[in-house]
Amino acid sequence: MSEETTNNLILDIENLVVRYETEDGIVRALNGIDLQLGYRQTIGLVGETGAGKTTAALAMLRLVPDPPGVVECDKLMIGGRDILNLPAAKMDEVRGKDISMIFQDPMSALNPVFTVGEQIAESLQIHEQLDKKTSMERAKEMLEMVGIPGARANEYPHQFSGGMKQRVVIAIALACNPKLLIADEPTTALDVTIQAQVLELMNRLKEQYDTSMIMITHDLGIVAEVCDTVAVMYAGKIVEQGTLEDVFNHTLHPYTEGLFNSLPNIKNRTAMLKPIRGLMPDPTDLPAGCAFAPRCDYATEECKRRKPQLKQVGPTHKFACLAYEQEGFHIKRGNR
Amino acid sequence: MANNILEVRHLKKYFKTSHGMLHAVDDISFDLQAGKTLGLVGESGCGKSTTGRSILRLIEPTSGQIFFEGKDITALSKSQMRHMRKDMQIIFQDPFSSLDPKKTINQIIAEPIRVNRILTDKHQIENRVLELMETVGLAERLINSYPHELDGGRRQRIGIARALAMQPKLIVCDEPVSALDVSIQAQILNLLKELQEKMQLTYIFITHDLSVVNHFSDYIAVMYLGSIVEKAPAEELFGNPIHPYTRALLSAIPVPDLSHKRQRISLKGEITSPINLPDECRFANRCFECQENCRKGIPQLVEVSPDHYVACFQRGV
Repeated sequence: MSEETTNNLILDIENLVVRYETEDGIVRALNGIDLQLGYRQTIGLVGETGAGKTTAALAMLRLVPDPPGVVECDKLMIGGRDILNLPAAKMDEVRGKDISMIFQDPMSALNPVFTVGEQIAESLQIHEQLDKKTSMERAKEMLEMVGIPGARANEYPHQFSGGMKQRVVIAIALACNPKLLIADEPTTALDVTIQAQVLELMNRLKEQYDTSMIMITHDLGIVAEVCDTVAVMYAGKIVEQGTLEDVFNHTLHPYTEGLFNSLPNIKNRTAMLKPIRGLMPDPTDLPAGCAFAPRCDYATEECKRRKPQLKQVGPTHKFACLAYEQEGFHIKRGNR
Repeated sequence: MANNILEVRHLKKYFKTSHGMLHAVDDISFDLQAGKTLGLVGESGCGKSTTGRSILRLIEPTSGQIFFEGKDITALSKSQMRHMRKDMQIIFQDPFSSLDPKKTINQIIAEPIRVNRILTDKHQIENRVLELMETVGLAERLINSYPHELDGGRRQRIGIARALAMQPKLIVCDEPVSALDVSIQAQILNLLKELQEKMQLTYIFITHDLSVVNHFSDYIAVMYLGSIVEKAPAEELFGNPIHPYTRALLSAIPVPDLSHKRQRISLKGEITSPINLPDECRFANRCFECQENCRKGIPQLVEVSPDHYVACFQRGV
């Protein structure tokens, strides 16, 4: 890739591998993913439990516990900076400043013995060298921005409801105006009406702050609402990737199809659900061929032997499936 | 109606707290026909789980009556109630904490059979356990496994097998798929549907997930702060929602379809505290259609079209 195109990317990952070497065997959490994200873009990482979504996020922040975690990568650039070879002390400057993360559970992401104002101010004091007074002022502004009265800055996390706590976490994440925001299931713990409020808020702030975002979720509905592109993950690999239009309306991978078929259709309530049979493979003992083959209705003998590689099919659309090597193969969902 | 398996009348459950009375369930009434599914939806704290548990008298209702097959079970003694519960079972949300980690699958499923002396012979019990495992799609080889060895979907199948062991007529399903991945969730929903057809089961299906409840229920009751605000056949409720809260709730569902265009109704604020509630519409503080008269009393459910009930001063005419 030429120098110029690299500079247009906030995130550029090549061949990221994460494994945990435990006594019970090697857990292969992430098996070589490439991910590129342009500035002001939002990508959705979708998949079920154990797909490697959160591991990918932790690897980007260099937060994979080592040992037992081993991270290998050909390239890990964030905002044009090589994150992979950065010393630990430098990494502290990057986290919370260049990259921020919003965790799933706002109840455990906040410190119960500090006021929410202090917790927002903390990152401002560390990264922007603001004094206590100015940082508290800014913390109040941040609270207002996420829709909480600034006067509540002196209250403790337990005095807030779940949705409010998640707003506080968002305020902390955005306090230093990060270039990249990683949101790991930010609304899973919230009720639908509160989820709608929080997603709306994130969409608004993302525009206002020119932030790029990685949205980790298992909910394709949320992807449809906030993302520009989406990568579907299965057993530590990306199996399909593209714009929303590519993946939702021109689905190619059987697993993506399976995910859509598992969802109750709000327009046709009597339609029987078509679940994916079986279970996610054991990451200590992945199948020799395509990891999805044991659950796939289209799997051929070849699929059990050979691992598929991501193939480009359109300007933005990629997928990894061997079944398409058969003449005239297509999945049932097809073009919509 | 003659074939109502369950009739709930003015059910209330209040909890005493140091701040005052907490109105968890505040005067709800509904009927449920045998073989049908009633979906109870609402956000956390709306009282849906408390309602489910009160119906089985797992928590004692403060007042109100519950008629199961015409019999008022609130008047039964503890031992009579225990007998009654063979017909009324519950499946819990979290298959991780509702199973005893020290027991094998065999022991877990056999327990209700032994305790209620349905069968006493060891071999008969084991055969029955195997039969139940087959019904819910658990492989025979797992019979001596412990819960921690299994994934969430299989654990939920154990919960279902245990509920079925008593050959119940009514099962309260309290968020049975909320802790599961979508592909596994679909497996469990399909299983529950098959079982319903095969065994003529009646379900009360408690969930916060509106797309699931729409798929699964015949009737839906929407709850807010302890009261039912709207109740209708599922198709009618989704096709023609009337209560402002229902409309906001439906518009908030993220839909995985790019062609789906919607008018999102954003609600202000959050659910208010259920402690010491004033005598006004429970939803008034967040409602976008709130008028002065909404503050002057509690709206009752009114039938606005056949079988469609709404509790709203503005819409319930």
